[in-house]
Formats: sequence, structure tokens, C-alpha cells
Amino acid sequence: MGKRVGLEVTVAVAEAVALCRIDMAGVYPITPQSHIAEHLSTLVADGKLDAEFMTVESEHSAMSAVIGASGAGARSYTATSSQGLMLMHELLPIASAMRLPITMAIANRAVSGPLNILNDHSDIMPQRDAGWIVVFAENGQEAIDLSIQAFKIAEHKDVMLPVSVNIDGFQLTHMVEPVEMPTQEDVDQFLPPFVPHATLHPARPVTMGAFAMSDYFTEIMKAKDEAVKNSKKVILAVWDEWAKMFDRSYKPVETYKADDADFLILTMGSMGETAQLAIDELRVKGVKAGLVKLRLWRPFPFAEIKAAIKNAKKLIVTDRAVSFGGPGGPVFSEIKSALYAETRRPAIYNYIYGLGGRDVTVHDFVGMFEKIIADTGNVAADTYEFWGVRE
Amino acid sequence: MNIVENFDLYAPRLINKKELLSSGHRACSGCAEVLAVRLMCKALGENTVIASATGCMEIASSMFPTTAWEVPWIHVAFENAAAVASGVEAGLKALRRKGKIDDRYVKVVGMAGDGGTMDIGFQALSGAMERGHDMIFICFDNEAYMNTGIQRSSGTPMGASTTTAPAGKVSSGQKTWKKNMPEIMVAHNVPYVATACPSYPLDFIRKIEKAKSIKGPSYIHCFSVCPTGWRSPSHTVVSMGRLAVETGVFPLFEVENGRYRISPDMPKQLKPINDYFKPQGRFRHLLAEEIDTIQEKVTSEYRKLTEKARFLKTGNE
Ligand SMILES: Cc1ncc(C[n+]2csc(CCOP(=O)(O)OP(=O)(O)O)c2C)c(N)n1
Ligand code: SF4
Ligand SMILES: [Mg+2]
Repeated sequence: MGKRVGLEVTVAVAEAVALCRIDMAGVYPITPQSHIAEHLSTLVADGKLDAEFMTVESEHSAMSAVIGASGAGARSYTATSSQGLMLMHELLPIASAMRLPITMAIANRAVSGPLNILNDHSDIMPQRDAGWIVVFAENGQEAIDLSIQAFKIAEHKDVMLPVSVNIDGFQLTHMVEPVEMPTQEDVDQFLPPFVPHATLHPARPVTMGAFAMSDYFTEIMKAKDEAVKNSKKVILAVWDEWAKMFDRSYKPVETYKADDADFLILTMGSMGETAQLAIDELRVKGVKAGLVKLRLWRPFPFAEIKAAIKNAKKLIVTDRAVSFGGPGGPVFSEIKSALYAETRRPAIYNYIYGLGGRDVTVHDFVGMFEKIIADTGNVAADTYEFWGVRE
Repeated sequence: MNIVENFDLYAPRLINKKELLSSGHRACSGCAEVLAVRLMCKALGENTVIASATGCMEIASSMFPTTAWEVPWIHVAFENAAAVASGVEAGLKALRRKGKIDDRYVKVVGMAGDGGTMDIGFQALSGAMERGHDMIFICFDNEAYMNTGIQRSSGTPMGASTTTAPAGKVSSGQKTWKKNMPEIMVAHNVPYVATACPSYPLDFIRKIEKAKSIKGPSYIHCFSVCPTGWRSPSHTVVSMGRLAVETGVFPLFEVENGRYRISPDMPKQLKPINDYFKPQGRFRHLLAEEIDTIQEKVTSEYRKLTEKARFLKTGNE
């Protein structure tokens, strides 16, 4: 079993990634990700990690280099945030189409403009359809565990897809938390060496990234869709194995006091812990409130979401990104379409909150519940509202 | 002795017979760019990995599910061939150090057109060269964005008519001088920079072999006649390349550790640029005085180059 230590989450993530014995990392600095890059480079400089650490000149080149290294058969890693992720955007669907098992930490940060370095999910949401597996961490321990699991999931022969581990910027990345760091022996036992299917090596020449026109393109898209959907089996199996080895369980959707709840709230990322405190407070007052936490964003866990919310009367979906002039926040749209065919479904409310690092307190969550409970006519359902906005 | 005319006689002994870019690719007939790529592959040999940018050569060679490449080859996007190549190099280096792959030496090569090198790929190339990867980057310069329909690039020469800098009633085509990419690479202090042209196959091959022998970054700027984009007859591409060299429009030289050397194929006396301009549709609209202005620039640029070759013989090694 691992050691309990107090670490800043970025440092813990870098330590976890080093335990995975990566061969190569290409990272470009951006707040609040930079400490991951800095700590990785320190581990390499001190001889504790045998990897090529590439100080690329941009995130576009970071992702390009990681694609090249992964194509060569190296276990390859990168990390970014916000503008950096937007700069990588062009390359994300290429990485997944090439079936390269790259893993990336995203220290989630608001996308400019205006420039803002603090946390929300407006960086990851535009990457929704890139064909990556996307998971969200709620606390430091999860950030460590998901970072290690990511390699095993990505490199599984039935998956071969890139994975992003989303860690809320500052709110999570810069916290010093007590965490259990797995030992090298445990990680070695859990994570086998990467055995690529094909590599860029003259021993067996291959062509990667050929261009395809209308006669093949649709089939390639369908194959990628199948791959992302099928990855769920492996994700569940890896999480089972993790629970057995490390005694910490992971599910696509986690719930808290949701079974008998009339009123539910759904969160993604680090907000879950604050929302949990609000549930406790409401329960004391006799309100049957519960919490649903979405951990796996892609592939989207339809069955688990339906099961988690089917008995509720009202559901609050929270979003930390805006779809301007659209149907509501991106999580809201997803949940609504997931429930469209259900005969029994709760009224759904959408609150967009915590943008650009705006603080969200227990009091805010309690307020959301109070508001939807008071809404007898379901007026807010099917629309969205900016929570806590000054108008 | 004209090596090109005696090519069949000398080629089997001087050039690797093995084709690593197989026939059946879809480049236009008479494309000098694909000829250069083919020669490049012969010079590089089998222990090579190529990262290509989007462009004519990528499209012509890799239509799924077919490929013309007999060496490992990767294409990711337009602007990042140098970054991808540098990642391949880093990955192979780590795997070799850790004993995860066999111990043979593999040369990593990035390739792109003038657009993928001098414009959109400029930053990635500068970064890769500055980081000192053990790789060659080769620019196949056909002086415009050919793949997308002959739009101007910063490699398009002054006065050439392209689809985005067309000649018209009040315009003489390209309004800017060609970006001096080899000099920019020299300024990166890379150990080896050379210009080449497939019309001089043995010079081209020697330069690739030289770059291959260097442990570290090197850059080759390859002049690639494009009959489609230049509106010149496709059977004249080899002589057109020679005219570009003989007029000094595209001088052949190399810079090794800061030491300049004019290549032996350069003539003692340059021909007038009009010899080179005349057969090309892209220059046809130019007036005599416009050609004179360009001639002056070509002459003075070549003088600067020969002076460097004279004064920077000892270099900084
Ligand atoms: C980011 C991006 N912008 C634009 C394009 C469109 N595009 C593809 S190839 C190309 C031009 C290629 O020109 P060059 O690099 O000179 O190569 P050539 O085709 O002339 O050999 C352009 C503009 C693209 N694929 N990606
Ligand atoms: S357009 Fe020019 S460079 Fe492109 S394949 Fe045709 S001849 Fe070659
Ligand atoms: Mg071009």
C-alpha cells in the first residue's frame, strides 16, 4: 500500500505520472498547469524519471510532438489548460483517429476573452467531440488515481485512444491535500509496459495519417465512434481492478444520498465536495436532496445516468461553461437528450455557475435547491440561468 | 561532362537502386517536387522515419488505403511536421536508451512545402531546430501553396502571379521579395544548412547524405519546379531547375558550422534571369523594367552570398 503524504495536487499528479514510467513528455507552460511540467522536469533532472522531457515552443507543438512520440511507440504524456488546449484543438481528433494512447492532464481554466486564469470548464467543453476519453477528478486522490488508470485504459488493445484527466484549475490543482501515493511496485504490477500495435520504426514500416476521401471517411468515423463506446467496458474493468488493488472505487456516475432523493443536483469535477456539504445541510432540514457526480464525460454513461436520476422529481444540472445562444450548458444538453425517451423523468433545471473562478459556496447550492423546490410551475425547466450573476 | 545526360550510365553506381517512394503516387506529370522526394528517399535509405506536412507530397503519396511510402511515414497536420518529427526523434531516443527497440540508428526527417515551412510551419520548425533534435528538415519549395490551388506564400518570388496575388490591371503579382529561409536557418546556428535542386541529383544526394551524417539538426531547402503552378511545360522541369540555378535566382550553396561554400555546380557567370522567366506563365505579365528591378536584386543577393563564402570560410566550428 502507498504512503500518505501531503502534496500539492499538480505535484502529486506529476509524481503519479512518473510512477507510470513515461518515455516522453512534451509540455508548454500555462497557469494553472505549469507545476505539473515543472515537477516532471525536476524528476527528469534529478534522474528519478528516465524520459525525454521536451520543452516545446507551444502547446500545438506539444501535442504534435506527443503524437509523434506515441507513433514511435513511446509512452507519451502532456498537460495543459485553457488557451493551450484551444491551441491543441486541431490535433485532438487526429490523435484519436490515429488511435494513439496519449494521456493528458487538463488543469481546467476559463478560456479568454476576457483573459482569466481561473477555473471553469470552458476549455474542455469545445473538445467534446474530439474522440478522446474524458474523465473528471473531484479531489487530489482522484487526480492521482485517474492519471495512473489513464495509461492502462488508453493503451488497452481494445481501446487505443487518448485520455484526458480533467482537474479543476486552482480549486484542485493548487490545493495541498493529504493523498495516498501508490508505490512503484504497485504501479508496476497494475500497469504493464506499453505494447504498441504498430510503430514508426524501419523494422516494420507503416504509414500513419494517410488521407481519406468520401469513400472511406464515414467508415473511419464510425470505427472511431465504436472504439470510444467500446472503451467503457475496459474503463469499468480497469476501475474494478483498481478497487481490488487500492481499495478505492471508481464509477462513471457516483451518487450521494440520491436513492430516496426527490431533488437532485448533478456536478462534474471538484464542485462535488461542496455540493455534498449542501446535501447534508438540506437533509438536516428534512429536505430529500441528493447528489449525482458525473465522472466519465466521454464515453457518456447513459445507463448509469438514467439509473441515478430516475426516481427524482426535480434535477438541477450544473454547468461551468456556456453554449452561447444555445439550449443551455453542455452538460444540461447532454442530460436532457439522454432522458428524452424516458417516460419517467424529472423536471430539469440548468444553472451555469462558477465561471472564471467565481466562488461557489455551500450556500449557493442550498439556494439552488430552495429555488427549484419553490418553483411549483416548473418554470425554469427546459431553460438555463446564470447563477449568482449581477444584472 | 553533363551528368544529367549520362544519368543512366552513372546512376546505378552512384544512387541507391532501391525505390523507397514507390510508383503509382498521384503527383502531376513532370512534378519536380516528387522527383526530389524520390531522390531524398534513395539518399536517406531504409533506416529513416519521415514526418510530412499537409501539402502536395502528402496528398499525392498517401490516399487511404494505399501508400507510396516504403519507409515509416507519418502525417499529422499542415503546420507541425517539424514538431511531429522532433517528437518521433525524442520517442525513439528514449526507447533506444531503455532497450525497448533494436539499437540501430534511425534518422528522423521532417518535410514540408514552402507554406508548411516558411509560413504556417515556421514556429514549429524554429522550435525544433533550436532544441537541437537529431533530425533533418527538408523544405520542398515550389514557391506557392500548390496543393490548395497556387496561392501565394512568403516563398513566392517577386512578380509571380498566383491565385491570391494575381497579376491584374494595377498589379504585377507578388509584391514582396521571397523570404530568405536558408539564412534564417543559418541564424539558428544549426550545424548544416544547404540549398539543393533535383535538377542536380548528385549534388542533392550528397547534401542529403551530409545532413544524414550529422548528429543534430540540419536543414535543406530544395527548389522544386511545379509545372502546374508555374504554367511551364512539364517536360522542361529539369532544365527549368537548372535555369533557376544558372541565373542565380536559386543559388546552390551549403553552410557547415557557419562556413559558407558555393556548390561546384554554380556557373562562373550568371545567365540573365529572363532566360528563366520567359518559359513560365506566372512571369509572363512582367514588363521589362520590372524584370530589370528583379535582376538587380538577384545580382546583389548573389554577390552578398559569394562574399559570405569568401569571408566566412573558416566558420565557427
Ligand atoms: C491549418 C491549416 N490551414 C490551411 C490548410 C489548407 N492547406 C493544405 S495544404 C496547403 C498549402 C500547402 O502549400 P505548401 O506547404 O507550399 O505545399 P505544396 O502543396 O505547395 O507542396 C494549405 C493552405 C490546412 N490543411 N491546415
Ligand atoms: S501541383 Fe506542382 S508540386 Fe503539386 S503535384 Fe503537381 S506539379 Fe507537383
Ligand atoms: Mg508549395
